[in-house]
Formats: sequence, structure tokens, C-alpha cells
Amino acid sequence: MTLSRRKFLEMSGVLVVAFGSGSSLTSLAVGQGAFDTHASHIDPDKLDSWIAIGSDGKITAYTGKCDFGQGMYTAQVQLIAEELCASLEQVDLIQCDTAITPDQGTTSGSQSTPTNFNMESLALAAATARETLITMASKHVGEPVDAFTMNEGIITSRSGRKIKFAELIGGRRFDVAVSPAAKRRSPKEWRILGKPIPSLDRSALMTGRFPFVQNVRVEGMLHGRVVRPPEINAVLSDVDQGSVRQSPGYVKTVINKNFVGVVAEKQWQAIEAARLLKVTWKSGLELPSGDRFYEWLRSQSSETEVVLDSNDIDRHLSGSVQNLNATYVYPYQMHASLGTSCAVADVKKDRATIWSATQSVYPTRSCLSKILGLPLESVRVIYTRGSGCYGLNGADAVSFDAALMSQAVGRPVRVQLSRQDEMAWENYGAACVIDQQAAIKNGDITAWSCEAWQASRGGRPGYDHPGNVITGMLLGYVANEVKPNPIPKRVKEFRNGDNSVPSYFAGFVNGKCEGAGSLASERVVVHRVRSPFFTGPLRSPIRLQNTFAHESFMDEIATSLKVDPVALRLRYLRDPHMIEVLKLATERAAWKTRSSARRDAMNGEAAAYGRGVACVAYEGDNGFAALVAEVRVFRTEGRVVPMRFTIAIDSGPVSNPDGLRNQTEGGILQGLSRALCERVTWDGRKITSTDWESYQSLYLDMETPEINVVIVNRADGPATGAGETAITLVAAAVGNAIYDATGIRLREVPFTPDRIKAAVKKSTAENQLV
Amino acid sequence: MKTISIKVNGQTHQLDVDPKTPLLFVLSDELGLRGPKFGCGLAQCGSCTVIYRGRALRSCVFPVEAVGEGEITTLEGLGTPEKPHLLQQAFIEEGAAQCGFCLSGVILTAKAALDEKPQASEAEIREALGGVLCRCFAHTRMLRAILKYAGQRKS
Repeated sequence: MTLSRRKFLEMSGVLVVAFGSGSSLTSLAVGQGAFDTHASHIDPDKLDSWIAIGSDGKITAYTGKCDFGQGMYTAQVQLIAEELCASLEQVDLIQCDTAITPDQGTTSGSQSTPTNFNMESLALAAATARETLITMASKHVGEPVDAFTMNEGIITSRSGRKIKFAELIGGRRFDVAVSPAAKRRSPKEWRILGKPIPSLDRSALMTGRFPFVQNVRVEGMLHGRVVRPPEINAVLSDVDQGSVRQSPGYVKTVINKNFVGVVAEKQWQAIEAARLLKVTWKSGLELPSGDRFYEWLRSQSSETEVVLDSNDIDRHLSGSVQNLNATYVYPYQMHASLGTSCAVADVKKDRATIWSATQSVYPTRSCLSKILGLPLESVRVIYTRGSGCYGLNGADAVSFDAALMSQAVGRPVRVQLSRQDEMAWENYGAACVIDQQAAIKNGDITAWSCEAWQASRGGRPGYDHPGNVITGMLLGYVANEVKPNPIPKRVKEFRNGDNSVPSYFAGFVNGKCEGAGSLASERVVVHRVRSPFFTGPLRSPIRLQNTFAHESFMDEIATSLKVDPVALRLRYLRDPHMIEVLKLATERAAWKTRSSARRDAMNGEAAAYGRGVACVAYEGDNGFAALVAEVRVFRTEGRVVPMRFTIAIDSGPVSNPDGLRNQTEGGILQGLSRALCERVTWDGRKITSTDWESYQSLYLDMETPEINVVIVNRADGPATGAGETAITLVAAAVGNAIYDATGIRLREVPFTPDRIKAAVKKSTAENQLV
Repeated sequence: MKTISIKVNGQTHQLDVDPKTPLLFVLSDELGLRGPKFGCGLAQCGSCTVIYRGRALRSCVFPVEAVGEGEITTLEGLGTPEKPHLLQQAFIEEGAAQCGFCLSGVILTAKAALDEKPQASEAEIREALGGVLCRCFAHTRMLRAILKYAGQRKS
């Protein structure tokens, strides 16, 4: 039986993972005593916090980075098997359980690979374990440490003695520190890591056996349903509990400040009771108009940061031969997970267990401890995979919902949100406005300035801000709000985690140039504005929005200079990784050098072909990629058909090439959906995009492009993130391709048929005037 | 409450439920099945798909009382990890998923479409999947897996 089958079939009830398998190991980990790092009792400096070897020779690894469909489970099992020279079948991996895994914060921001696959944390622990076992073997048989080889969990000495891991350590603690000097196995030696191992969850998923958080069932469990406010700023006025007392299976109405929920015996009964419950709400402030939202956004007082300023921008802009200006806008978009968020909580008087799809078990535990009024150590959060989240979806909020309702009824409660509640109240990807200005002289860019306005409210709750998501706010906790500053704050060190700085900037701060480019006259100003809606990290948060603006504007400059867009990029790029991926992608796509636009459409063709390019150093240094998008644009229908997408990606040594391809292909298509149709809408009082008709996503019948993924697989650099790199480039590359095809520059996402048709009409009218 | 008899994956069950309960909740809560999933409750996404009388059915909006004699097949009824259905096998070989929440919709809709029309063209298969969502966008691999299975079926 393969590992995947065995592992996931054993998980009859996710409970088994936490309490059942290898009970001696589990108790060993639990019994580690109190430590005070991030309020976690599990000391990351101790090897026993990461790795245990059972008396049967099984290796159990404990990680604080979880798999939500991006392949992190498989890659981490590969890592452990590689470093311990074991087989995949020998390794069990326990992900994110506050009772037994180290606190690694949040699984987000493309940080799992940099954290756990370089020279720290899980990777270092595994390397330490290998070296410790060799040292033990050396003592055991009295041969020098360099006399041993390891394979399939067996250590062989030069004289031919074979020792099993279990003989040396089985069921006992290592009692050593994770060694910063432990040597990782080099990519050249890899036998398991770096190989396209099929993801281990496959057969359980494809045959409907995989236990999602939605499938957790606990004895005596009830079902809860939340009743959210009908409008964004509404507050609770009255609840008529009598309206549901006779409802079948009704157990209780839970009211706490503005939080309302209903608990019933069965799921359908809870849904019916929540529908029937008479609740009166009082309307609050009106929302800013959706039609004029971007003007509203840029006119608000803001928290302003000067990220970069060479202090010569205005001089250049006034003295140059030609100035270029453009404004790009990006809407609020949703995570809109396919399955609505769900959690199960079992809250007793003195302790609580919550099965949650949160990306942040420890921070969530800390917030739950506040909400429930229980000591931190009495709350256990067990990560249980949910529907793909792409960032902060409703997983944290629904964990709070379930815990509150369970505490109120004294029994375990499962809560799954309705589609409407999920979409109306999640933390959206931020709406942005980005102004670009460039000075052009003698065929060169002499200065470039970016000024961005980003809508922001709430975000990840972290360890102590439950009010950053809806449930916390309803309970009266305050959200992180933007605090306008009259005097802009100057950033003292170069920072490009949000890709607010274009890749072509020198990035001169503090006497050093840390940007990816060479342009010395540079300015980046970022305004954060109080958002009417919750916002939070959505796959490539802000980085996608910024990259859309930067990479579109670079194309506009190329057009204005009548230079090929790739040639112009290469002229200003300095970072060798960027240059390499850009050259690689364009070579593979057989990019023909010419200045844009080709404007087939102007020649009367029904479908115009165009190609566009974009590149990024994700978060400044966390992975590099360049994408060439080839599309056809049907002018009369305003339809964009993706033809062929060629991407070159450098994320250092690759843990699993098949996983990387899967992430990259999915990132490109999700990027297309976000570029072509996704946007949050609202009226004067409430969100109006609350289902799959009002919030459009591309379905399985979408026209998919041929996707060519070129992996650099640099063995000598650090391993970087890769799950958010591809999606960052799509809107820009597609916008540039549409321009190449039609001569129409789209500066507002999404590129809907209506917008394309309107732009075609406008451009035709202008041409006729000329 | 009413006693209702339904046949699921070859087994008949007698259940005391509110007859208006959507079939999905009966499958997942009363029978503990993991294949069909709640995605929207509006028949807009496909996560809750089962096969019923040879057709793909959205179980989130289908009251259990309407099932009658017809047999229900869920994703787990199609094949097992030890003996997956050929279509599931194609998905396993192609690694055609990320989070996997959509798989009942994708696999069972494709199966029903190909059962009805084994010679369906790629365009017809795509059209059949027009109401199915995958938010991880594993579309490329999924279509490859379905076409692989369609090819195997023909030969």
C-alpha cells in the first residue's frame, strides 16, 4: 500500500492524527514542559521539538507550516526523508497543532520554503538529527563518524555493521539542541528532495476519502449558524428569540454584543432557524459610492510612507523633454474559497479544542484564549485542511464563531458559513490606485515616480487582534485601523516586500543600492487609507497590484520611446536573476523584437494577436519570474482568449518540480480570472457580490492557454517561495498583450468585455477624429 | 421527521430526517460521506455533485424526499484508493488537483457527460464542465486527465 493510501485511510476522523498514531511519541512531545517563546511551550531550539523516532523506527516530524493544497505536506515529508536518508514511507508529518508542533507563526507570504528548506527550523533540525544519529552510531560500534553511510533508515559502518535508527534512539528523546552548524545534504546528493514525487494526498482526494475540516465530526456535536448584519455598518438592535423556539432541533440563540448565532441539532435545522430568527438591525454610515470609489480613495487622509526618494524627481519632471503619466486602478477582490469556511470547536468549562483551517494555529489560539476567557495553555488549535484559501479567507473568523457557540451551549459545535456570509464579510484583497510619472529625455528614462493609495482595514488577527476579522469586530474588539499621519514617514532602510518599488529602480537608501535596477532618480510614496471593508492578504497581496502598475507603465514607456519592451527592461535591470528569467522566458516564447503595438485589429482582423511581457522579483528577493502572455482579442465582443503563456521561474533549489509546476499553472489561470473578471461590488449599504453569479470567476470551461513553465532550478542559492510568483505577473502581461494586439491600454482591472468594447469604441472615435 | 429510504453507493439506508433536508446534508452528516461537499448551497459551483439516475446532480438543492428509488453514487462510491475508477486513476496520474475541494464536481460531472456521450469532443467535455468551479485553477491538469480517460474508454 502506498504511503498516501495508508496515511489518509488511517485518518478516520482527524482526531486520530492528533491523539492516536504513535502515542508514545505524542506523549513525548506533549511532555516537553513550559517554554516562553511566542507563548509556545515547544522550544524550537530543541531537536525533540521537531523530530522523534519511535521504537518501530518511524520518524515523526512536527512542523508549524501547513499544507492547504499548495503541496507543503509532500515537500516537507521529502525534506525529512532526504536529510535522514530515509524513505518517504518511514516519515509521518504532523502539521500545526498547538499541543505538539513548534510555533512557526503563519503559513503565508511565500515564507514556508524560505523558512523550512534553508538553514534553519525544520531543515536544520532534520540535518541535526542525521548527524546526531551518526554520532550515536559511532559510539555504539566504536568506529569514527566518517565511517558511516545511511540509507532507508539503516546506518551502515565501514566494517559492515548495520544499525537501525530504533536501536539507537527508538522511543527516547534526543536531548540535544538543534545545531546551527549541522550540514544540510547538498542538492547534488538529493535522492528524494528535488524530485517530482507525486503529491501524497492524491488518491485520498480523488476517491473522496480525504478528511477536510468540513468532515470533522465529534461525539455530541451540534451545528451552529451565524446571523451576520445585513449591512456593513449595521449594529444589533433586537433579537426575538421566540421566533425560533419552536423550530425543529433548536438549541439556543447566542448573542454577544453584535454577534448573533443559532445552534441546533442538525445542520439543516440550524440553517432554517437562522433564516427564521427575527433580528432587527440599525443602519450605520453609508458606504462610499462604488462608481467613484477610486477618487474617494485618493482624496482621503492617509498613513503615508516615503519608501524611496532621490530628491531630484521634480527637477527631472520639469526639465525633461517629455513626461509620461498614467494612473492604474485595481479593485477589491475575494479569496472566495470554493468551500465556505468551517470549524469545529469543543469548549468545556476549563479547556477548549478547535479544529480549524487557519493558517496560523498559534496566533489563532491566542485570540481564542482572549475571546473565550481561558488561559492560553488551556486552548488547543489543531490545523485541519479546508478548501484552498489563497490567504486570509474566513477560516479564522469561523473558528471564533464555532468557539463562541460551543462555549454558549457547553457542547461541541460545528459551524460552516453560508456562501453569502463568506463573500460579504471576508477580508478582501485591497483596492489600489497607483499614479505613475516618468521623465523621458534623449530616448532614456531619466526619472520615475510612483504614488500609491491602498485601502486597508483589519487583516490577520495575529496573536492579539481578533477585531481584524468580522467575528472579532462583532464582539467589540477593535480592528487595526490606518492612522493618518500629517507628516509622511520616511523609510530608513530599503524595503520591497510589497513590490512597491519597480524592478528598474536602483533602490538607493542608506548609502546602498538594493533595488533590482539602475534608475537613480526614483521616488515611491505609499498612502494607506482606511477601507470601508475588511482587507487582508490575498495571494500576492499588494505585490500583484503594484506589479500590474509598474509592468504596464514600463510598457507604456517602451511604446513612447518606440523601443521593444523586453529590450527596454533589460536596459534598466541590474539583478542577474531578473535578467536571466527575462531572457529565458522571451527566448522560449520566441519573442520577436519590435516596438509595440502590432495592432492587428487596426488592420480589420476580427481577432487580433498580441504578446505582452512582465517580470518581477517577488517581495524584492523571494523568487524571480518573467512571463510572456500571448492572447487574441475579439474586438467586437471585447473577449480576450489566452493562447500561450511562457514563464521562467527561479526559486532557488526546487523541492518538488511537479509541485512547482502545479502552483505555477494554477497561479497563471487564477491570475487570468482575477485579471479578466473578478471584482467586489457594493451599493450604498452592503456588498452585492455574494454568490457565483454576482462575483464572477472563470469556470472549468474557460479557454485555457498552453502553459510552458521553464524552471531555472538554481542549486547554489537559497530556496525561495514560489506559490505567489506566477500570479503576480498575469494582469500586467495580459494588459500588455491586449495593448500589443489592439493599441488599447487598459489601466483598470478587471479587463471585462464591457471595458474592452468601450475602449475600442473610444479609440475608434479618436482615430476618426485624427 | 420522517423515515426515508435511500440507496447510496450500493447500500440502502433508512433515515429519520426532515424530508426537506437537502440530500447533501444527509450524505455528509447522516452517512458521514466525505466526497460531496458544501460549496455554495445554490447549485452554482458543483462541489456537492453526486451521480443520480446516470446524471450529475447538485445535491445541495435537492431535497432528500425527492430521491425515491434512484441510486446515488458519490465520489467515494466511484472507486477506492485500492481500486480507483479509471477516471480517478487518470486524475491521480496527472496530479489533477490542488486543494481538491472541487473534485466531486469535476470528476462526477465529467463521468456523467462521458457516460452519456462516450465520443464527446474536447469542446463538448469543456461545455459539460461549464458550471463547475475550481478556485485553485488546476484546470489544465484536470482536462488532461479527463481526455486521457475519454481516450482509454474509446479504445
